[in-house]
Amino acid sequence: MLLSMQGVSKAFAGVAALKSASLEVEPAEVMALVGQNGAGKSTLIKILTGVYRRDEGSIAFDGREVDFSMPAEAQGAGIATIYQEINLAPQRSVAENIYLSREPKRFGLIDHAAMRRGAEAVLKTFNLSIDVDRPVAHFDAATRQMVAIARAVTQKARLVIMDEPTSSLDEREVAVLFETIRTLKRAGVAVIFIGHRLDELYAICDRVTIMRDGQTVAKSPMADMPKMALVRHMLGKELAAFQAIAPDEDAPERPVRLAVENAGAGVRVRDVSLDVREGEISGLAGLLGSGRTETARLIFGADKMQRGTIRMDGRARTYREPADAIADGIGLVSEDRKIDGIVPDMSIRENMTLALLPRLKKAGIVDRARQDEIVTRYIRALGVKCASPDQPIRELSGGNQQKVLLARWLATDPRVLIIDEPTRGIDIGAKSEILKLLRSLADEGLSVLMISSELEELLAAADRVTVLSDGTSVATLPRKDLSEAALLSAMAHQVE
Amino acid sequence: MHTLLRPFAIKSSGDIARLGVLLALFGLILFGALRYDNFLSSYNILSFLRYNSMFALIALGMAFVIITGGIDLSVGGTAAMASVVAALLSPWHWAAGLLGGMAAGCAVGALNGFIITKMRIQPFIATLATMLAAYGTGLLIANNQSVSVSYDSGFTVIGQDDFLGFPIPAWIALAAYILGWLVLEKLPVGRHVLAIGDGEATAGLMGLKVERTLAAVYLASGTLAGLAGVILASQFGAGQPTEGVGWELFAIASVVVGGTLLTGGSGSVGATLAGALLLAMVFNILNFENGLGWISLSAYWQSVIRGAFLLVVVVLQAKLMARHRSA
Ligand SMILES: Nc1ncnc2c1ncn2[C@@H]1O[C@H](COP(=O)(O)OP(=O)(O)OP(=O)(O)O)[C@@H](O)[C@H]1O
Ligand SMILES: [Mg+2]
Repeated sequence: MLLSMQGVSKAFAGVAALKSASLEVEPAEVMALVGQNGAGKSTLIKILTGVYRRDEGSIAFDGREVDFSMPAEAQGAGIATIYQEINLAPQRSVAENIYLSREPKRFGLIDHAAMRRGAEAVLKTFNLSIDVDRPVAHFDAATRQMVAIARAVTQKARLVIMDEPTSSLDEREVAVLFETIRTLKRAGVAVIFIGHRLDELYAICDRVTIMRDGQTVAKSPMADMPKMALVRHMLGKELAAFQAIAPDEDAPERPVRLAVENAGAGVRVRDVSLDVREGEISGLAGLLGSGRTETARLIFGADKMQRGTIRMDGRARTYREPADAIADGIGLVSEDRKIDGIVPDMSIRENMTLALLPRLKKAGIVDRARQDEIVTRYIRALGVKCASPDQPIRELSGGNQQKVLLARWLATDPRVLIIDEPTRGIDIGAKSEILKLLRSLADEGLSVLMISSELEELLAAADRVTVLSDGTSVATLPRKDLSEAALLSAMAHQVE
Repeated sequence: MHTLLRPFAIKSSGDIARLGVLLALFGLILFGALRYDNFLSSYNILSFLRYNSMFALIALGMAFVIITGGIDLSVGGTAAMASVVAALLSPWHWAAGLLGGMAAGCAVGALNGFIITKMRIQPFIATLATMLAAYGTGLLIANNQSVSVSYDSGFTVIGQDDFLGFPIPAWIALAAYILGWLVLEKLPVGRHVLAIGDGEATAGLMGLKVERTLAAVYLASGTLAGLAGVILASQFGAGQPTEGVGWELFAIASVVVGGTLLTGGSGSVGATLAGALLLAMVFNILNFENGLGWISLSAYWQSVIRGAFLLVVVVLQAKLMARHRSA
């Protein structure tokens, strides 16, 4: 056995995060570590690598008892870790980030040329050709994630830990990552893979360890664990079926609130038309590279629109920058939530109402009662797992931080909310809660444009779905025509 | 881009600031050379270098500290105390004075590192406390007055003599800067210092030994301040427990003018030297202006003008950087 963690317990300020959890990993196997948001997955990992000290329990790595007091020691012992919050030095170059703490040297001095070459070579195996001399802060979340992965896999480690490595990657990048994991496996390296997307787990993992409320509740080979059983272990109850949340009968045609007509810019968005009606959830589907995110950015004024028209309530509008769109009541929750905008040391309350503060003020003083009302409502609606609203947000699990960020946008009370991948990084139990919340906001009059690569999400929640292919809107399917087959065939549509 | 040109490429907004400080330095030199007769005289150049080497040394240590995102307010007090220690030890041997002064600085630096990394006190508070302690200790062991150095042991050579036509303090500073540049740019520990300034928690997760590196940085800053104290005692023939007031601010200003952000994570050794020389040059030029006899600026006015100049430089840099970012 390569790794064996037994009876590990940990409490933060008296609140138990781990209660006698265990985890065992064999060489050359990919171990899935799953559990709801806040189940204790990341904490277990951080105890292993010496970020936190355990209260109880024993850890053996490679046959020896270990007790790492800082990540440097775990790294030295052959454990490479990609933490959930991407851990790179933003102002340092890509090459430096990959090699930091084990720089190639010549005559005792850093061999910058070798470092650059090495970085370029490993990124090339990831199909990524970027200027490795530029600071990582210049790149988007997906590229940074790939850099973090490159850093981990080049460490010649015996065990590579990946805490939600795919939450900011698209399908193609996930495929590259999986290929990398298979290569590691062939070299005898073990991998611990934490994730919330079940199909990914089944695609790459050999065995699974399931956690619930700080305890290890099941271990099994992946093949012997059907999806339903896995989810039952995770939630401790049956998953309420992903029931259709959108009303099935065709609602009377409601007035169009946001209309996009023949919008285009560059080559990514060629010709997109779509409507978002009052009080409805309009889906936006399409394969990777079909221009979904780019379309959202155009509408929001984050990119410059070169062709076409946007109408709000029938009036043609031009948004030169996001501030214009926001002034018109449009909000955008981008897919890069991992890095966008949490203020780690501020409380959940403050983080959630940050964008709202100007409106919460009465004579310059924050109206505490209204703030409480909003915060309580969203903590309950989204199931944010926290000790109290005044807890600093950095103490929340990754998925729960996501929920707070989502709530920040929902609470601003926009008229149109564009939301890119609403359930990323969020566990399967909380997913339907989020979709339900979007529905109830829609019933109150909000118009939602929901971008999603998960078909079941669109099928469950959308009143209509516009399908993009190659930057062009190729179909708009009303609720009654929505089915997986219909969506898939529209998405595969080739523009002549 | 050709690899030879890479070091000159403008990649970050920090590079702009660094370019700016060099231009300002050359501008001032040109101004002085054209306006004053003896500005480029060897006497002026040599005494300029002799005197300002002390400040340059302190600024170098400060640059490393600020790159980690910290601050070291104790350098002035440390230099004063070290000058007293050096003066007291100078009768034995010139090397006793030199090493003793450096060891005194080293001790303060070690204490700073300990308080900051082990007791987890903010650098600002920690070094404020040790600054007061260092001044107090200096006054105590000096009996509240300046301590004359020995002129027989050769101790005064360090601060007063020349080597190959240049003042020894300038050589010392030059060596320190070359070493500093090597450490920051070419040794892993230098890159770790930068990464720690980028985010301490992240650097720890990446497997860097954060505490040890921080302790080393404060140790270096203290030692360099001690060395500056040795030069002070040697140059003026006395250990001076009341000198050094405001030196930390001069050092911080040099570092900032050199384009290093107080938030940490970026910075350059060369630009810090340029920053220190630039601020010293302003002082030098004001002296010459006084010397012309048309106006007579009191020390207070000089201070005001230096402050204003600093403000102008920093504001210009901020503007340049903002334009670079939006471009
Ligand atoms: N530094 C901390 N201080 C206080 N509580 C903490 C801290 N770190 C984690 N916790 C708590 O421990 C519990 C487990 O968190 P952990 O981050 O391990 O969850 P997770 O399983 O990784 O969830 P996710 O899927 O959302 O990433 C949570 O309730 C969290 O609030
Ligand atoms: Mg986690």
